[in-house]
Amino acid sequence: MNTAPHLVFTWSHWWELIQHLLALSVASVGGPLGMASEMHRYFVTQQHWLTDGQFNASVVIAQAAPGPNVLFVALLGWNIGMNAGGYLIGLATALLCLVSILLPCCIMIFFAAKWIAANQALRAVKAFKQGMSPVVISMLIASGWLLATSNADKLTDWPLWLTTAITTLLVLRSRINMFWLLAIGATLGAIGVLN
Amino acid sequence: MITTSPSKPVPTSLGDLFISFTRLALQGFGGVLAFMERELVERKQWLTREEFVQEWAVARTMPGPPAMNLSIVVGARYFGWRGALAASAGMLCFPTVLILLLGLAYVQFGEHPEVFTALRGMGAVAAGLIIATGLKLLTALKGNPLGTSTCLIIVLLGFISIAIMRFHTIHVLVGLGALGCLLAYRKMRT
Repeated sequence: MNTAPHLVFTWSHWWELIQHLLALSVASVGGPLGMASEMHRYFVTQQHWLTDGQFNASVVIAQAAPGPNVLFVALLGWNIGMNAGGYLIGLATALLCLVSILLPCCIMIFFAAKWIAANQALRAVKAFKQGMSPVVISMLIASGWLLATSNADKLTDWPLWLTTAITTLLVLRSRINMFWLLAIGATLGAIGVLN
Repeated sequence: MITTSPSKPVPTSLGDLFISFTRLALQGFGGVLAFMERELVERKQWLTREEFVQEWAVARTMPGPPAMNLSIVVGARYFGWRGALAASAGMLCFPTVLILLLGLAYVQFGEHPEVFTALRGMGAVAAGLIIATGLKLLTALKGNPLGTSTCLIIVLLGFISIAIMRFHTIHVLVGLGALGCLLAYRKMRT
């Protein structure tokens, strides 16, 4: 792993960072994790604000951590801030990045939701919600499938497949606590049962 | 903005919203949607499964993280902008603190092979949670004006094009979504 760069940030650098995230926000249908490759291009390849290792670790941690996946942007900011000074700047940059990536899209969805609630009797609004429903459900099931196959792509990975299948059945057939299922999965993985 | 019948449970306060969303966000390792369905539909019963799917359709179509969007839609439904703030703050406050701590810990322990295999095990479970939630939501399509069989064909097409043929999700969202909306619009004529 190459060593982290020491960044000297001026006001124009901060403004560039904010601007980039604001622009990504309004285009991030499906969430910013889907734009990870574009962010990698900008932060790592073009600006050299982050190392490859820092970027990838941020994505891995955010996917494993509780909370919405968008928090990986806070981690990217944390790492940029650490490269640019230290813990305090790291914390400030994490919050700055999170606010920049969330503010535009959150304002948009708020007004969209208000408009839709006020016009929910319109035929077009009803048709939109009902017509989109099967599509977004299929996307959800497909994303679960992709997550399962990203870890288990060989036949020898059958314990992972079995884990996914058993989890699916348990959640469908019972009201089992899903948090404990995750904990059990992590434990089985850590002690090497699933390899 | 509340359009539900008086017998249906609603969040009692902004604090109720904040705590509920904090609860579901802190449990949601590897994605929070499964936990949103469990908390909002099954536990609190603020939304029926049909309402949840329709709000999710809006949240997933607009720019922004879908889970964040859904928290804003649900919060705004009961308490306007203050509800949207309370719900989205619940989603973010504690998880942000946690993730920064995890980021620090990762520097120390990230190289251990056990961390890698534990994440793989958790990923397999998280995949199961997501698939099961999607399958549960299918039951909400029963009353859809498209009709059950048309809905299932769309679901199948969407799944195959993303999971098997690896089309970009945005193309599927726009292409199949336009088809679904047009068909639904025509079916609703009467």
